Amino acid sequence: MEKTLDTKFTYTEKSDTRSGFGDGLLEAGRKNPNVVGLCADLIGSLKMGAFQKEFPERFFQVGIAEANMMGLAAGMSINGKIPFTGTFANFSTGRVYDQIRQSIAYSEKNVKICASHAGLTLGEDGATHQILEDLGMMKMLPNMTVINPCDYNQTKAATMAIADYHGPVYLRFGRPKWPIFTPADQKFEIGKAWKMIEGKDVTIFATGHLVWEAVVAEAKLREEGINAEVINIHTIKPLDTKAILESVAKTGCCVTAEEHQYNGGLGDSVAQTLVRNNPAPQEFIGVDDSFGESGKPMELLDKYGLDANNIVKAAKKAISRK
Amino acid sequence: MEKLSTEQLKNTASQVRRDIVRMVHDVQSGHPGASLGCTEFFVALYFNQLNHNKDFSIEGKGEDLFFLSNGHISPVWYSVLARSGYFNLDELKTFRKINSRLQGHPATEEGLPGIRIASGSLGQGLSVAIGAAQAKKIDGDDGIVYALMGDGEQQEGQIWEAAMYAPHHKVDNLIATIDFNGQQIDGPTDAVMNLKDLKAKWEAFGWEVIDTLKGNDMESVVSSLEYARTLLGKGKPVLNLLHTEMGYGVDFMVGTHKWHGVAPNDEQLENALGQLEETLGDY
Repeated sequence: MEKTLDTKFTYTEKSDTRSGFGDGLLEAGRKNPNVVGLCADLIGSLKMGAFQKEFPERFFQVGIAEANMMGLAAGMSINGKIPFTGTFANFSTGRVYDQIRQSIAYSEKNVKICASHAGLTLGEDGATHQILEDLGMMKMLPNMTVINPCDYNQTKAATMAIADYHGPVYLRFGRPKWPIFTPADQKFEIGKAWKMIEGKDVTIFATGHLVWEAVVAEAKLREEGINAEVINIHTIKPLDTKAILESVAKTGCCVTAEEHQYNGGLGDSVAQTLVRNNPAPQEFIGVDDSFGESGKPMELLDKYGLDANNIVKAAKKAISRK
Repeated sequence: MEKLSTEQLKNTASQVRRDIVRMVHDVQSGHPGASLGCTEFFVALYFNQLNHNKDFSIEGKGEDLFFLSNGHISPVWYSVLARSGYFNLDELKTFRKINSRLQGHPATEEGLPGIRIASGSLGQGLSVAIGAAQAKKIDGDDGIVYALMGDGEQQEGQIWEAAMYAPHHKVDNLIATIDFNGQQIDGPTDAVMNLKDLKAKWEAFGWEVIDTLKGNDMESVVSSLEYARTLLGKGKPVLNLLHTEMGYGVDFMVGTHKWHGVAPNDEQLENALGQLEETLGDY
């Protein structure tokens, strides 16, 4: 963050969204004795250790066996347990798509699929682990709710909110230390977009880590006399189409920003909404039909065009197409 | 639920076999072979062994639960559920037809009483059963969890993930059964993908394994299920290798993979029904 930049949201510390998940799970477990945790040999990576320590009888080490984990979770949900499964986003989706499809989504099971290390910001591990297709795969499944929160506080709030919601949920978060810029006491409403900054020239719809980049981009645009609206789409499905249409009706154009492929992600969902109701120029920030690679998180966001500077460029382009 | 005598169970099995061939014939679609082969198991389980409530709730608290992993043998399950009183016998007429709750493979989305999870894509049911068994343990619920898998299904990797997990976590309120008929769609399992010594494999993973050599003999199936129950609560899950014959009860269907997923024509149906006594009345 540039010191001189006047962002509408500020941060004083950074933390990883996965820690928001771990802390949220612990609180959800304290609140509801039906919450159970399952993990496929990644307790440290998913920050599930505190839950395991406090509730050993409600925590299950599954080993490196993700397909079995999805089935176990579905089975545990049958008598009213609320299972939270934990592994990397890649192994939470593509590796076990059929298990999720049949045993969880089609069977309408109350399972929370919690997926860490999503996207390019996983960093040095490279493309095998940097899944950029998971939002698409999960949103295509009937019955599945898909949530992608933006910082530690929102991830914690989302984790607690999905424990109270009945139905299958995909919760996506990441590994890097990231600015905490949303309040600790926020209310997380599944399916309700959050207008973070009012504007009139262009709307930036952002999700996950890129919400912060959108906040930075808004300040840069404002310095150039452009008023951008920033909307935090933490719930990819069900999508808050009302909020999207109202904003674009006002601004006349938009940018979608996500740490995901163009194909199948937030951008696709927004485009469908606009085309069906009120077509408007839209620019996409995301990965353009490519795998990732090893590198530091910020280097990767820069190389693949997923940072604030690229959001600024895209916003100007969208405005020019009005 | 009142336990039926062996004679009553045999009568029920004959009627269930009539249901199976009639259902599959009516829609000219479905899987009669392994359904017929597993009839004694299903009838013994639902009418003699299972502590269950026909006033169905998904949760099944305090009840024994059954999970079918090889969902394609839905005809035998639907027949047994209907004849147990979960839903009207008449509904068997809707099997695999449009707007039916009796989907080709079992589903919960259609809300059919007795079904707690969808199955059809193979290899998933044992994991689900283990999860349900562990949930019962958390709750101090004494109910037993049963699962049925196919033998061809043993070729799925997820089975072995689950096989490793259950003994490690001492899931000893679970009786899993393998329908060991030696056949799968493309031919005998020995020819398609040899399973070798299943008993040794499951024992090596830490399961208590029992062989039920006469899987189409009602006395034998009942006594093996009773014996399996005595092995529970000792730190190990139980695996029942149920040796059956695919297509049992209909002479031209028995012992071959060719009737895995083929419906009889009118003449074949009459032939089959001629071999199966009507005992409780057709639907």
